[in-house]
Amino acid sequence: MTAIGSEMYTLSVNGREHHVRDSWIGESLLFVLRERLGLPGAKGACEQGECGSCTVIIDDKAVCSCLVMAASAQGASIRTVEGLGPDGRLSDVQQSFLDAGGVQCGFCTPGFIVAVHHLLDSNPDPSDLEIKEALSGNICRCTGYGRILDAVKQVSVSRRSTAKDGAR
Amino acid sequence: MNVSVVSPPRSGTLGTNASRPDGVAKVQGGFAFSSDMWAENMLWGATLRSPHPFARIVSIDVSAAWKINGVEVIVTADDVPGLNAYGLIVQDQPVFAKVGDLVRYSGEPIAAVAADHPETCKRALEAIKVEYEVFNPVVDPEECIAGRAPEIHPHGNVYRHQRIVTGDLSVEGDVVVEGDYEIGMQDQAFLGLEAALAIPDSGGDGVELYIATQWLHEDRKQIAACLGLPEEKVRLVLGGVGGAFGAREDISLQVHTCLLALRTGRPVRIAYGREESFYGHVHRHPARIWMRHHATRDGRIVKIESRMVFDGGAYCSTSPAVLINGITHTQGPYKCDNAVVDGYAVRTNNPPCGAMRGFGVVQACYAHESQMDKLAAACGIDPVEIRLLNAMETGDKLITGQVVNSVAPVEECIRATAAIPLPPDLESDPDFRDIPGGSGRTADRSHIRRGIGWGVSIKNLMYSEGFDDYSTARCRISNGVVSVKFATAEVGQGFVMLAQQIARTVLGVDEVLLDTIDTQVGSAGSTSASRQTWMSGGAVNAACVAVRDKVLAHVAQYHDMDVANLAVDGTDIVDTRGSFRVAVADVISHLDIDETAEYHHPPTEDLDENGQGNCHVAFAFVAHRAVVDVDPELGLVKVVQVATAQDVGRVLNPLSCVGQVEGGIAQGLGLAVMEEIVVTNGKVRNPSFTDYLLPTFLDAPDVEAVFIEEFEPKSPLGAKGVGEPPCISVTPAIANAIRNATGRELPRVPIRPYDVCL
Amino acid sequence: MSVAIPTSVGEVVDLLSRNPQATLLAGGTDLMVEVNLHGRRPADVVALNRVSELRSWSVDSSRRTITIGSGVPYAEMETGELARLLPALAEAARTVGSPQIRAAGTLGGNLGTCSPAGDGLPVLAALDAVIDVVGPNGARQIRFADFMVGVKRNALQPSEFVRSVTLPLVEGWQGYAKVGTRNAMVIATASVCLVRTNDRVAVALGAVGPTIIRATDAETWLAANHTMSSRPNTDTLAEFARLVRDASRPIDDHRSTAAYRRHAVGVLAQRLLTRSYS
Repeated sequence: MTAIGSEMYTLSVNGREHHVRDSWIGESLLFVLRERLGLPGAKGACEQGECGSCTVIIDDKAVCSCLVMAASAQGASIRTVEGLGPDGRLSDVQQSFLDAGGVQCGFCTPGFIVAVHHLLDSNPDPSDLEIKEALSGNICRCTGYGRILDAVKQVSVSRRSTAKDGAR
Repeated sequence: MNVSVVSPPRSGTLGTNASRPDGVAKVQGGFAFSSDMWAENMLWGATLRSPHPFARIVSIDVSAAWKINGVEVIVTADDVPGLNAYGLIVQDQPVFAKVGDLVRYSGEPIAAVAADHPETCKRALEAIKVEYEVFNPVVDPEECIAGRAPEIHPHGNVYRHQRIVTGDLSVEGDVVVEGDYEIGMQDQAFLGLEAALAIPDSGGDGVELYIATQWLHEDRKQIAACLGLPEEKVRLVLGGVGGAFGAREDISLQVHTCLLALRTGRPVRIAYGREESFYGHVHRHPARIWMRHHATRDGRIVKIESRMVFDGGAYCSTSPAVLINGITHTQGPYKCDNAVVDGYAVRTNNPPCGAMRGFGVVQACYAHESQMDKLAAACGIDPVEIRLLNAMETGDKLITGQVVNSVAPVEECIRATAAIPLPPDLESDPDFRDIPGGSGRTADRSHIRRGIGWGVSIKNLMYSEGFDDYSTARCRISNGVVSVKFATAEVGQGFVMLAQQIARTVLGVDEVLLDTIDTQVGSAGSTSASRQTWMSGGAVNAACVAVRDKVLAHVAQYHDMDVANLAVDGTDIVDTRGSFRVAVADVISHLDIDETAEYHHPPTEDLDENGQGNCHVAFAFVAHRAVVDVDPELGLVKVVQVATAQDVGRVLNPLSCVGQVEGGIAQGLGLAVMEEIVVTNGKVRNPSFTDYLLPTFLDAPDVEAVFIEEFEPKSPLGAKGVGEPPCISVTPAIANAIRNATGRELPRVPIRPYDVCL
Repeated sequence: MSVAIPTSVGEVVDLLSRNPQATLLAGGTDLMVEVNLHGRRPADVVALNRVSELRSWSVDSSRRTITIGSGVPYAEMETGELARLLPALAEAARTVGSPQIRAAGTLGGNLGTCSPAGDGLPVLAALDAVIDVVGPNGARQIRFADFMVGVKRNALQPSEFVRSVTLPLVEGWQGYAKVGTRNAMVIATASVCLVRTNDRVAVALGAVGPTIIRATDAETWLAANHTMSSRPNTDTLAEFARLVRDASRPIDDHRSTAAYRRHAVGVLAQRLLTRSYS
């Protein structure tokens, strides 16, 4: 093993504690998730917070994991795309991306899925412009965003109708 | 859409929104892209690149890098066992630049390392000392054409020069319009960066490569030659591909990764970062185009003259083919009998350029569609009318002499686009996110002017000039299970879904397994040129039909029936003249059938010295109408709506078609107003997503799309490729809309704010 | 090598006193770019994300000021009470990078990096913000104009860091506008913050010089030649824009040209002044 790594710390990801050993201090949370913890869902496409592919939720905030120094995330609650669906099943957002044609190459998809969960959890009934602004940090090169907009709107509508049914 | 449906098609068959077989994994984060590939005992690889665009390597000293703890191997040109060169058309690009030889572009590979951690790799690269004799880079294509530039490469500084001369050149128009146009260097900017995992065979005499590519077999051919191995010792498996758009046609890290793995005897992964990706793949050719249109007073085109110069950068890649695509599409989707076109693709010390969605036609289309608006203005005719007046039809002759015998519904595309309602006017107090400047709140309602612009295009489908880009597919039934195998690169377009749709439709089954996409079956050709639906669709269809015929023959024999009367109907086999009916599933449960089929398109020809010849296979057409809001004083633009009607032959998957159209439009929008690799004196100045700007959600327009469905008889499924047309004429449509709003000439894309307002 | 995660300002001061070489990590949106892309290799890191004092803000109603901790992320400034009190800062915050960046990025980071294109900085300049810095020798207050001294250079001494920023709560209008070449997530090509009170305006320009530039000639001229309670006429707006343009010192680079930047700050200043009366 190389001489560059010596950091040891613990991260809480998707409700599980992970011990990170012999790491280099400069490793981003994205790198650690993907290469050390076996959670490759978050993707790297720019390394500087300009594409959103690596979006994860840390303490209820959607952030770019490429810009989080992994060792500084000790004590935080981290959620990745792997931890969104109930018991390994698809979340409503994931299902909607499939139904609406929001997935092509799929590289931006995990980042979008996380960002959309975060958006709809904080704003269940967003306008088209609110959706676009909230997702303006997630670049998609394949779809031109049209099917993704549809996917988000479908979830929002179905969540509201579910909520209404529940209220009855 | 003129579809007549008797009964709704069965779920998952052709014509339906089948679900992607890779969809669930992609939304859950479990889909393995090539950058996610991992193997026990794996090392990381990295590449050292030249900072200079033109220099001679005096020496390379790797001794300090070897001393770094964790470094396992360092390789240079001396370690390349086979041919130290690769390339799609000619092999003029070194695997590594060699001591004593030249580096010809900034970013050219010189060495590679493998180590235990990416950070170790970085340190090792920093520790390699390379001494250069630096030269002034050749960056002006005209200097190369004039023969005034120093020779950059033994193959010369001109990749190809081709003229097209046709008709009566003495014809003069009543109305003549001309312009000099420039197209900037666009990047494909797929999100999934270049990555590969190479696993050496235990004996060290072969290698398996998991790679994101567009064409597995072509990669294998080039890799094997460089490694000095027989092709069967190099096995390629498609790693998940995060978009391609032309940037994965050429070799990038393939040979480097295999070499490191073979040298260390350990699995090696190389994964580029975004900056390295800008150096690692070819880009869209920047081009300068002069065009002069002659027309009658009432607007009919009588002659076109043009000169096109494509800057191919340091290595050939597909430059000669891109050039031919550009010049043979000079006329656009319009009738024209007389033309003279002079085209050059040249070598410079700029970044190498090659394939990108639209492949040369994007550049030509920007020029001819700019010209059409000029011509309309000069003749006093509406831009839509002038396009209708000149619209090409099936049976028309191109300036290459080739007769367009594809379905050519140009007029229908224009009329259907025009029929799409315009967006409502901007409200009196619009949300700042909805107007030019967006989040920056630069403008108020009074600063905004609206413009409308048109673009119409023709695009060749498949490879041209005599190339037999066939495709292969294998269909098997074993123990009642249908599986399909092919080497078609799934890059996001959804071929995996289409293959299942074809098999379900032809064979009458619901479950279709897809075998691994690798080199263990014949070539599929490249996922490019809008060709896989036609070519690999054709191959899968042929393989499935062959299997179906055997199934029917079996049924006929078993039941003593005439096979000619048997057909698949839904999930049953029926006697079309009687009442016999049996479930396909019951028939195939005990059958073993294995059929492999190749699909070849009709042959094409080279162009002669006058640019005459049947060089293309088929064509697709599309019209775009862009509505833009412009802030003329700040030069900022918001594309409000793009309406489009596209000639697709037949819609095989509605959502996929819409996805291709919307995605292509976003890329064309990028070229129109923001995307450009800025190169100064051979150096890329913006190799990052901070400075190479892609359209965001707030930049994307509303897209209103209509599909013109006229079954293409030449196509095995009646469908045309839909991938490239969306991104071609939308760029000039947006440019024309900005011109319409501002009155500016705007001879260049991308249109920068200062082009509009200063 | 280590990452320290202190929870109080005192601990941070202590850590930095003992290890002046340690690197401060705020939102990470600048530092990690350096690490990921530019070969920066921090030895020891002091992460500020758990120092609650840095992540809070408060109003001093007697002094009519607001003090914002250096670790308050931009996302918090975009809406709510902070946005009501400091609308120009809210508008600037909303243009910072992407929503993900705004969830992590902080004013402290903008001040630590001191890029001329830092989106929050023109607001601090126009409002004459005071930067509260702490270090081994205690705390000191630095006017923004004295804090930013050049391109990515500031007046911080070794081991000092920004604790908070204090801004006046002004009566009047304030606004911010920024030009970039796309409609979201873009670095400023040019930006302007304008604050109008009953007797004067303050104008600060971003991305058009080595530091944020106050267009003082334009401010002085307007105060002397225009009655602030009335709408400016076309001539006044034109002269104001000319003086703003003259104050800029832009450069050509791969993002834009000097000529465009100069032009743009004039247009933005004029539009903001007009907007302040609408």
